[in-house]
Amino acid sequence: MAELEPIAERAVEAALAAGAGDAEAFCQDATGLELRIFEAEVESLTEAGERGLGLRAWLDHRAGYAYGTDLSEQGIREIAGGAVEAARAVDPDEHAAAPEAAGAAVPIPGLADPEAAAWTTERKLELALAVERAAREADRRVIAIETTVFVDDRGTVALASSRGVSGSFEITSCYAYLQAIAEADGDKQTGLGFGLGRSPAALDPDAIGREAAERSTALLGATKPASRTCPVVLDQTVAASFAGFIGGVLCADAVQRGRSPFAGRLGEEIGSSPLTLADDGADPAGLNSSPFDGEGTPTGRTTLIEAGRLGAYLHDSYTARREGGGARSTANAARAGYRSAPSVSTSNLVIAPGELSFEGLLREAGDGMYVTDVAGLHSGVNPVSGTFSVGASGRAISGGELAEPADEFTIASDLASMLAAIRAVGAEARWVPFGGSVSAPAILIGEMAIGGA
Amino acid sequence: MPGRPPEPLLDPELARRIVGRALRNGGDFAELFCEERSGLSLSIDESRVEGAQRGADVGAGVRVVIGETTYFAHVDGLAEADLERAADAAAAALSGERAEPAPLEPTAAPELQEIETDPAAVSAERKAELLRACDETARGAGGEVAQVQAGYSEARRRITVASSEGTFASDDRTRVRLGVQAVARRDGTVETGFETLGGHRGFEIVEDGAAEATAAKAARTALTLLDAQPAPAGAMPVVVGGGFGGVLFHEMTGHGLEADHIQKGASVYIGKLGEPVAQPFLVAYDDGRLPGEWGTDAIDDEGTPTRRTPVIEEGRITAYLYDLLRARKDGAASTGNGRRQSFRHLPIPRMTNTYIAPGEAEPEELIAEVDRGFYAVSFAGGQVDPTTGDFVFGVSEGYLIEGGEVTSPCRGATLIGNCLDVLGRIDAVASDFEVRTGFCGKGGQSVPVGVGQGHVRISELTVGGTSV
Repeated sequence: MAELEPIAERAVEAALAAGAGDAEAFCQDATGLELRIFEAEVESLTEAGERGLGLRAWLDHRAGYAYGTDLSEQGIREIAGGAVEAARAVDPDEHAAAPEAAGAAVPIPGLADPEAAAWTTERKLELALAVERAAREADRRVIAIETTVFVDDRGTVALASSRGVSGSFEITSCYAYLQAIAEADGDKQTGLGFGLGRSPAALDPDAIGREAAERSTALLGATKPASRTCPVVLDQTVAASFAGFIGGVLCADAVQRGRSPFAGRLGEEIGSSPLTLADDGADPAGLNSSPFDGEGTPTGRTTLIEAGRLGAYLHDSYTARREGGGARSTANAARAGYRSAPSVSTSNLVIAPGELSFEGLLREAGDGMYVTDVAGLHSGVNPVSGTFSVGASGRAISGGELAEPADEFTIASDLASMLAAIRAVGAEARWVPFGGSVSAPAILIGEMAIGGA
Repeated sequence: MPGRPPEPLLDPELARRIVGRALRNGGDFAELFCEERSGLSLSIDESRVEGAQRGADVGAGVRVVIGETTYFAHVDGLAEADLERAADAAAAALSGERAEPAPLEPTAAPELQEIETDPAAVSAERKAELLRACDETARGAGGEVAQVQAGYSEARRRITVASSEGTFASDDRTRVRLGVQAVARRDGTVETGFETLGGHRGFEIVEDGAAEATAAKAARTALTLLDAQPAPAGAMPVVVGGGFGGVLFHEMTGHGLEADHIQKGASVYIGKLGEPVAQPFLVAYDDGRLPGEWGTDAIDDEGTPTRRTPVIEEGRITAYLYDLLRARKDGAASTGNGRRQSFRHLPIPRMTNTYIAPGEAEPEELIAEVDRGFYAVSFAGGQVDPTTGDFVFGVSEGYLIEGGEVTSPCRGATLIGNCLDVLGRIDAVASDFEVRTGFCGKGGQSVPVGVGQGHVRISELTVGGTSV
């Protein structure tokens, strides 16, 4: 797949020939296998192959983007023409300009696992079937599994620009998840189990299946808790979802455009002292890691919140230029693929673990709620004001221990109050693919509003 | 483009050959899906037009079905070699005897939606002007409007489907959509208003002041919400607004009627066919043929003509929504609900335009009968667990109802409940019917759907708010 770089270079030339002052090309080639299992049979097997080009063109501080999948000379010329035409449609912006080359990127060990290629479709199928079987065998009350999904991807990306940006890397990833349905005494509950890594070898089918079984059965017999204000423990997956939201409003474009409750708060206390949050695009264990970001800037670690104090926002080259005063890109120009222009986003978020075990967190909470799932986070949080109210399920905490299951309730607060109310962070972190890619421990919030019966 | 029959993306002879090639190692069914998509999007933020983006996707997906198993492969490009590659990859996992496809029978040319003004023929400058007009209108609504963002997008999607059952059908779909978000600020309070306008229509849908009216409405909502109080928490009567309020029905009933959920035991509507689930006056449809609406197509993505399917009549469930595979399993016919995000995805049962049919009451009457309750005008989104029927919705615009009147706006409210409970508690539907644009996500695929209704009243529903 080494021929991606010459394609990217040709695309840059084509854009310059079409009238662009500067241009940047992103080329991607990806193949993947997706298996869906239902009742111990293959429901679908998908062989995916795609290859495309995304091109940014600048014309006197105006930027345009175009993408396409036809990588012939003619196809590239059309994409180049489209990008230049798009640039002509927008208003000039003094900060819009091609990113400068920002030094050599350091390869990330293990980003592409060579072992992954050795797995045959048959072995992957066995693994996916084992995930489903593990959930069924874990508990008699698991009556069905809604689709078990296994995905294995391999991709190469290449980047080139008229400002000397140039590079490519290969990446592999693999994940599996399933939703178990448990039933007892007429009550049905569902629970998710998941695992992820760089190759199928990193997945533990028993653990994935068992998690789905445990999550679904733990909720059986759940009732609506009483409306009140009380301590709340967020499990790792829920903590990750919230961290993703906080990471979003710490992106400089949200801040600069007045869409962040944390605008103008650099250096101030925005959370309580147990909270330390970093973005790390070079963590070998993070699923969103890469040697350089979507604009070619070498990745690294940015501490966003240190012991409750706001230390930094996340930047790409545009927001850094707009910020001025020597601000630099933190290598957070993210690409969702070649079909969209890069934009500022978190890479991997890392919540620094605290000292309390899970049991310790429950004891510290005393009486409250343990939240294991939230629904509607994407729609229930206002990113501008930070207020939210989301659907939740989990268990009551009574006398410092887990008590009866609860569902159909809401937790409501605002991001600022929630961060200020963090009382403790758990010691055991886990990589979670919600809220982006987040390494999250469980978190104890001293006080939140529960909306229930 | 009105009246023009859709042009197939490939020669029927080539299509037949590819379908045959996909069946060379056996299979009960094979299908070739070809697609050509092109689009433009443009936005305005901080009164500056930006984010201009053009894109083109061309490719095909081939699937072979044997028993309950589907083998699927997709490729970029529509050249003969690309199609052969997809057919070979899909057939690779099978090892049976060659199966013979039926001869292709081109279906009667479907009736396309009327597109008065092809958006691709309108200059980018005109679209930029439209966004500037939205920005000015929203900012002109009041001094407290602090930010305006608007996005315009257009796409044309041409498809051709050929299958081993003889299907050979094409569609040509043009969609235009505008979204406007206004942010109002007063001291430390920040509120947003969001409105959309869109359809299976041409550029005409945003012309003649329609775009500006959308912007004005978004600004008005944001300004109104500045006076919002924390939402109440607890169970109470809830009146749901017309138009986008229909997302509640989409989530709590529409998804549960999709046949894949039914067949997998992941729906609360299993065994409810013919059973009463709502009061006898309630009627609801999934209608893929509503002229010009966002979820409308001439055929679905398996070549089945779309239609109007009554899903609730006289308060009883009357139909599930089928694609070809799920229909075959139940010995039923496809209802024209086999949809896919693109050639890179497998078709699954999806809604088109799904709505509660209008009643006769005026919206004001529904509210006048409530002593203390909540008025949910619009939602930021929602989620439902199809197995348990538990759902949650974020309310983007909501008000208290006190003494039969709409009083203070509320912030931070969610509605939380269970589908069957709530469906049974709908006690009135108003006549102010309207369909709005939505993007529905399912199984990792997003498709345009229309949601709609007149005002609907639920006698009791839990409102989750911060005011305990």
